[in-house]
Order: sequence, then structure tokens, then C-alpha cells
Amino acid sequence: MSRDTTAPLPTGLGRRDFLAAASVALSGGMAGCAGVFAEEGNQVNIAGSSTVFPVTEAIASAFSEKNPTVNLSLSKTGTGGGFGNFFCAGRTDINNASRAIADAETEQCGENGITPIEFQVATDALTVVVNPEADWVDCLTVDELRDIWRAGGAERWSDIDEDWPDEEFELYGAATTSGTFDYFNEAIIGEEENHRSDYHATERDRTIVQGVQGSEYAMGYFGFSYYSENPDSIKALSIDDDGACVEPSIETAMSGEYTPLSRPLFIYVAKESLADPAVRDFARFYMERAATDLVSEVGYVPITEDQRDENLAKLDEAIAEVTE
Amino acid sequence: MAADTQEASVDSGFGQISRTKDVAFRLLALAATLIGIVSLAALLLNVAVDAVGWLDWGFLTNPPHPNPNNAGFLPAIVGSIAIMIMIALVTFPLGVGAAIYLEEYASDGYLTRFIQLNIANLAGVPSVVYGLLGLGLFVGLFNIGYGSVLAAAFTVSLLILPIVIISAQEAIRSVPDSQRQASYGMGATKWQTIRNVVLPRAMPGIMTGTILALGRAIGETAPLIMIAAPTTVFGVPNSLLSKVSAMPLQIYNWASYPQTEFQYGVVAAGVVTLLVILLTINSVAIIIRNRYQQRT
Repeated sequence: MSRDTTAPLPTGLGRRDFLAAASVALSGGMAGCAGVFAEEGNQVNIAGSSTVFPVTEAIASAFSEKNPTVNLSLSKTGTGGGFGNFFCAGRTDINNASRAIADAETEQCGENGITPIEFQVATDALTVVVNPEADWVDCLTVDELRDIWRAGGAERWSDIDEDWPDEEFELYGAATTSGTFDYFNEAIIGEEENHRSDYHATERDRTIVQGVQGSEYAMGYFGFSYYSENPDSIKALSIDDDGACVEPSIETAMSGEYTPLSRPLFIYVAKESLADPAVRDFARFYMERAATDLVSEVGYVPITEDQRDENLAKLDEAIAEVTE
Repeated sequence: MAADTQEASVDSGFGQISRTKDVAFRLLALAATLIGIVSLAALLLNVAVDAVGWLDWGFLTNPPHPNPNNAGFLPAIVGSIAIMIMIALVTFPLGVGAAIYLEEYASDGYLTRFIQLNIANLAGVPSVVYGLLGLGLFVGLFNIGYGSVLAAAFTVSLLILPIVIISAQEAIRSVPDSQRQASYGMGATKWQTIRNVVLPRAMPGIMTGTILALGRAIGETAPLIMIAAPTTVFGVPNSLLSKVSAMPLQIYNWASYPQTEFQYGVVAAGVVTLLVILLTINSVAIIIRNRYQQRT
């Protein structure tokens, strides 16, 4: 391969020039060996929760329209998968998380010299759904839910209520790499019991929708946005925490009535990555937009303006530390 | 016609002549042909109908978005093309080089036959296995970044390399030996013979094989998933180490979105775009090949 003349770019060259040069080099099939291993600048890598994915996708899309030269990558790995395999291994700059980071994960990050900074970006109403044909059930108590989803608990609908059909549950839930699984496990199952393992576990929420649509005796759980997009084909159950049934909705999640399944959604930014201007710009853009309709359009509750200001202050503080 | 010629040999062990069997077999063969073609046509029609209204200029030039009306395909298109160019740059010299060695230089010993057998077997290995290899080799060992343009291109290159080698070998083998002998007779060296006689004659065949292999490469999804290529990318790759998505990966991702507009509209628009780009690349390559063919 011949050396390509555009390769050793002087630093100071504008982004647009670099992009033009890079695309010429690529499309001409002249991508020479020198220069391509140049620094990985202008790149923001994000992995993590599939629940937070649509929020980040919406914000990244808006960001990309203003900054078309920044290369932003986004994958669905589940919260735990994202922390373990990508974020704490130093492979991504930002992790989407539908639960707070665990101690073991903070430790793993620390060993690799990565300091995660937590920002709440939205609130979700984790939604339990059944088939619309299942007319016998509209509301479940937390205890009943625990009995259905714990290991060694109920096997049939009639085990919960004798009037309900004598049919086995067909259960669809989040995979164990998922923050949705962790949150459900913590909020419903609790520490004394284990989440059952004989259910269809997936990181693709669409599969849960299809599974629940397919069987009258099915039940599943996932983030509210997947329910709000399919309100006719699946039925959301109200949750009775302390005597009153509350249906999942943006309003009840915002007001805090929908307990215990309304949960905060986070992104974690690696403090060290903030030294990169592209990551810095994106993080600031994210914090500003998290309080807007961009979030409610994908089916979650935006953070309040106070929370936003708090996030921005936290971000600026971290940026000041790494850029000094 | 076949029946007429067989009439003379009724007693010679061909079995009894049966007009019905003749016609029946013909219909059977026709049905076998039609099932493939009709289902392909139905699929294309179905996808094309679904794509109507979704496949527009905005779709081709926007970044992805959770709202189906704003969703765009641009980064995936650019990613796929960047990967394709890299794959062509990697596989063509390697594939043709290996084919020339095996056909022109290697002596027909056990080792050559062993290598030959392995290449033939490698062409049939499932793509997900190559993905695993790419993950271990390029992402793990060489550390050229998970999901980067280079990692993706190298991994898929490995996958199509056996196909390129085998078809290049076929093309080289089809060059008549008399031409080589004539070249040697003129006092040409082996290298001169290969360069001036064998390669020009074999080139159209080599290119056909490479084009078909590239066609397979552009649709590959499993190896890209294995090397953890991100499902969604915004902006265009700005170096060979940039993270890259590809069209089939983005389509796979869209298929899991909650809105039905994604499953029926946006996914279909993506599939049509993928097919059109694939056919365009193929036809451009075929035109180049035909030009080449005429010149020699």
C-alpha cells in the first residue's frame, strides 16, 4: 500500500477539513497505513441499558444534527453488561443505566482508574403487562407479584386467586444483565427471595411484547415506553403497594404515586473521558435536554429544572477538575 | 424430444416410456423454479409496499431517531460502504495472491492438498464463528478497538476470503496451459507469464467471484454483532478506528423497537435501501469488469 499524502495531518486543521480529507481517503480506497492509527478523537462511545437507550438516542440524534462531525456510537448491552464489559473496562465514555451503579462495579471501575459520575436523566414507570384477553386481572399487589416472580412461588394463575384460571404462567422478563431485572428484583422480590430463573429472559423488550401478545396466560415487565407504544395490544396492570391500585403512567410516576416500580434512569459519565471536548459537549447537551419534551416523547418523565441545574453544576465541577 | 430418442431403446434397460412421467417431471422442475422466484418476488413486493412513504430523502440523510418519522439511515449507509471498501482492499490482494500461489507455484503435494481441503471447508464455516474469531483476534489480541471499521472489515474479510480464493483459483485454472507454455517458450519468466498471460485472462473470472463475495459481505450481521459493533451510530466515521454500524445491524436494531411504524415502515425502508445499494455496487463492479474484459 502506498503512503497517502493526506495521512499525516497537522493538528490545528479544522474538523471539516479533516472530515473531507478522511472521506476522500476512504472513498478513493487510498486509506494508507500511516495516519489511520491517529488519535481516536471526536468520538463518544455509549453502551448500557436498553431502557435508557431511546432517551440517549433521541438526545444523540439532536446533538448529531448540530455536530455532524462527532462520531457517536450507541449499543444496547444491558446496564450490568455495559458497566462490566464496556464502561469499567475503559471502552466507553458513558453508560446508560436503569439502576444505580453497584458497589462491585464501582470497585471494578476504580481498579481501571475510571471515576463514574452519576446523572439522573429521567424517571420510568416499570410496567407489568398481561394479554388483553386476561380479563380476570387488572391489579396486583406487590405480594402477589412477588409470589409470581420468585423462585419456588406460584406456578398457576389459580395459585394466586382461586377464581382465576387453572393455567400455568408464561413469563417474559428482562435478562439478568439488564438493569430492569435488577430493579424489579430489588423492588419486588427483595433480598430474602430469588427471582425465578424459569422464564423467558431477553434484552430485547420487543420480544416480551410479542410473547405477551401471543398467549392469554402470559405476563411480562419492561420500561413504560414499550407499553405506551402498544397500549392496545397489551394490557398494563395497576400495582397495589399500600391499599390502592395505581396504574402506571407518566403522571403517576412523576407524582411519585406509582410505587414501588417508578424508578430513576441514569447515565454514568467517566470523569476521565470529560477531558475529551466531544464527550464534554455531549454530556452538557444531554443534561440540558433531559428536562425537555425530548424525554417525554419517548415515554419517560423528564427531570425537573432543579435537577437539571444540579446535574449541570456537578458536570461543570468535574470538567473543571479534569481540564486543569 | 428425449422420449423420441429413447423409443429405440425400450428393451435396453431404460425402463418403459411414459409420456406422463416426462410431462410430470417437467412440471415438477418448473414448480421448483417458480417457488423460489415467486417467494422472492412476493418478499420484494411486500417490503417495497411497506417501504412506501418511509423511504424518502430524509431517511437517507438523517441520523437515527427513536421517532419513526425522523429516523434516518445515513450513518449505517456510510458505515457499510466504508467497511465494504476496506474489505475489498484486504481480500482482493490476499485472495488473488493465495490463488496464484496455489495454482501456479505450489507443487501438488500432501501439504497443498491439505491447504486446499481446508480452504474449501472454511468457505462453509458459519459466519458467527468468524465473528468469534474476529473478537478474539482483532479486538482481543491486536486490540484495534471493538466495533471499529478495521475490526469489522478484517473479520468479514476472513469470512469471504475462502470464497474469493476458490473462485480466483477456478479462474486461473481455466487459462489454457498452452498459453503458459507459449509464454515460457518465448523466454518469459514465471512472474512475466503470470503478469502478462495468466492474470489478464483470469481477471474477469476473479472479479466475478470477488463481487459475489462482497455481496455476501454487505449483508453479514452476525460477525458484526460478535465484535460488538454498536447498533446505532451518529455522525460519520472519522478514522479507521471509529466505531461503525452497518445497514443490516441497524435494521436488526429497528426491528426490536416498540412502535409498529418501525417494524413495518422503517425496517422495510432500510431493507430496500440495503438491496438497492447492494445491486448498485454489484452493477458498477460488473460494468468495470466488462470494460476490462473488452480491453484484453
